Amino acid sequence: MTDATSTMFTLADRARIVPEAEGSTIVGVHFLRQTPVFVLGEEALLFAPAEKRTRVAVHDGGILASAAEPSRIVTGGDDGKLVATDRDGNVETLATDERKRWIDQVALGPDGAVAWSTGKIARVKTGKGDVREFQAASTVGGLAFFPKGFRLAVAHYNGVSLWFPNAAGAKPEVLEWKGSHLGASVSPDGRFLITQMQEPTLHGWRLADAKHMRMSGYSARVRSISWSHDGGLLATSGSEQLILWPFDGKDGPMGKQPTMYAPSPSRCTRVACHPKQPVCAAGFADGTVLMVRLEDGALILAREADGQSVSALAWSAEGQVLAFGTEQGDARVLTL
Amino acid sequence: MTDANSAADPAGKIPVTVLTGYLGAGKTTLLNRILTEPHGQKFAVIVNEFGEIGIDNDLVVDADEEVFEMNNGCICCTVRGDLVRIIDGLMRRKGKFDAIIVETTGLADPAPVAQTFFMDENVGAKTKLDAVVTVADAKWLKDRLKDAPEAKNQIAFADVIVLNKTDLVTPAELDEVEARISGINPYATMHRTERAQVAIKDVLGRNAFDLDRILEIEPEFLTADDHDHDHHHDHGHDHGHHHHHGLKHYHDEEMQSISMSSEKPLNPDKFFPWIQELVQTEGKDILRCKGILSFKDDDERFVFQGVHMILDGDHQRKWKDGEARISRAVFIGRHLPEEKIRKGFESCVA
Repeated sequence: MTDATSTMFTLADRARIVPEAEGSTIVGVHFLRQTPVFVLGEEALLFAPAEKRTRVAVHDGGILASAAEPSRIVTGGDDGKLVATDRDGNVETLATDERKRWIDQVALGPDGAVAWSTGKIARVKTGKGDVREFQAASTVGGLAFFPKGFRLAVAHYNGVSLWFPNAAGAKPEVLEWKGSHLGASVSPDGRFLITQMQEPTLHGWRLADAKHMRMSGYSARVRSISWSHDGGLLATSGSEQLILWPFDGKDGPMGKQPTMYAPSPSRCTRVACHPKQPVCAAGFADGTVLMVRLEDGALILAREADGQSVSALAWSAEGQVLAFGTEQGDARVLTL
Repeated sequence: MTDANSAADPAGKIPVTVLTGYLGAGKTTLLNRILTEPHGQKFAVIVNEFGEIGIDNDLVVDADEEVFEMNNGCICCTVRGDLVRIIDGLMRRKGKFDAIIVETTGLADPAPVAQTFFMDENVGAKTKLDAVVTVADAKWLKDRLKDAPEAKNQIAFADVIVLNKTDLVTPAELDEVEARISGINPYATMHRTERAQVAIKDVLGRNAFDLDRILEIEPEFLTADDHDHDHHHDHGHDHGHHHHHGLKHYHDEEMQSISMSSEKPLNPDKFFPWIQELVQTEGKDILRCKGILSFKDDDERFVFQGVHMILDGDHQRKWKDGEARISRAVFIGRHLPEEKIRKGFESCVA
């Protein structure tokens, strides 16, 4: 993106490099209040405040999934453990698989609830500590809590099961669509459910009438999605630009074209919408990180291309800090 | 010949070996041998029955063998969903292992495993399929070829066949079972073994799906100088003629290989539409295909290979001075329309 980036407004020089991440694969980043915390591919979380970096050992092996709320980060590992880490770096094991099976998916819900999956089995631990279990017909590909009510979307082959963990014995409603669903997300207003498929498409349902939506045209599997601050747009990776689907109308993106910003020579790998403003950060396979204004597509460069694939991207809760990391272990924090 | 250590890929892709074989053939014995031999390599192993491997290795992963169809209108385009997930997870521990071995169940079809490497962009970017290694039971394979379609599939699909338990049969029986294997798949490299005693370099680091490594397409028994016979191997091959392995030749009624060649250069504008149409219509029955082609007015060799409907091809290198520019192609599959395929290939001559 030489032409575009050379004339673009840049803040790339202002990003602080976190050298302690070198040598690790970065698989995620979250904020605990103001502190950026990088999730490393193996064993540890890296707390990266400006003054003192700390590595906190959380798993004996690879870290497969993570989710965060302001007070804690919950991770699932290939050691069969589900671990919560708080702001002070205190680690608590929430669950241990008896056969050391991988914890594939993790999601956080209301009132301290946490959901995770091991193969076909999805489990929920409520804030009170009660554990509920649901066995899907096939391996769980994604977990997402609904914004209201104690309900979970459990994605698997050929569809999504909508599970009420507290309704013991009730059969979950199943939304069917052929294929492998590898990620699930409920729109902030609770009207739409979106899944990321094995094929380079997203599938969606309007929950009121289970009407289908297909969002296609990607060059690769969509591995990262993010809702805009007002829920009106869904930002997605998987193409050589940032793709945004409109969800503000009654029909969502049905019959509409997506907005495409930030055309790039390489593929978008991570997206993260700003929590308060109409801005979306987009990371690319060549290392570029851009901040994209959603009204007009204006761009600010946050990281220059260097061939490292962006694998982690997140905003702080107030949106003053953007943190990003690459597969090759380059972690940076940009304070705006 | 490569040794196992040279499996390291310039693009940093981790080689993946698929280990198949009918129940009881000796797959687990071979796997345990690979894991315990002092070769200095570290493996991540994806297995189906946890606990069968008596080895303490934290990189042994339990798989579910979940096969599903891709939504691309191609009914034979199946992939292993669990592999997509497991390989993604394993890559977090890159650096902890040099290669991945996928052990399938005895009843598994190797095709979805192989296709996963071509259909999933992430898997294809991080790993590469090295070879399909099939362990066959010298005593019982003959019977299984009659009553178990899975066993025949695994033989037809293989790049390397470990013909195991040779101590349980007579030399005549061994010749016969080898001839039956050759009748289905004469292109795989075969090793006769007892208790799966095969050199590690003969099963790993084979680069069988690497376009750059498609050197020759000859039935296995014609390439004696090109591969390592183990010491049990009988060198009494007939080096002169196709399909005369020892005394007997078996033609399998169901599964065949078709080999074609042309000394006249091919026309790419005829060849590509032809092969695409062929795999579209017959891909369900074509398990594997492979070719080295000479196109008219083209100084470079074109190589291709395929699994069912998935084709992969590229220019490989310049034809060498004095190298015979002969186009060769081979198809292995079930009830292949031989006449149609041969005529089609011939019609691609420029």
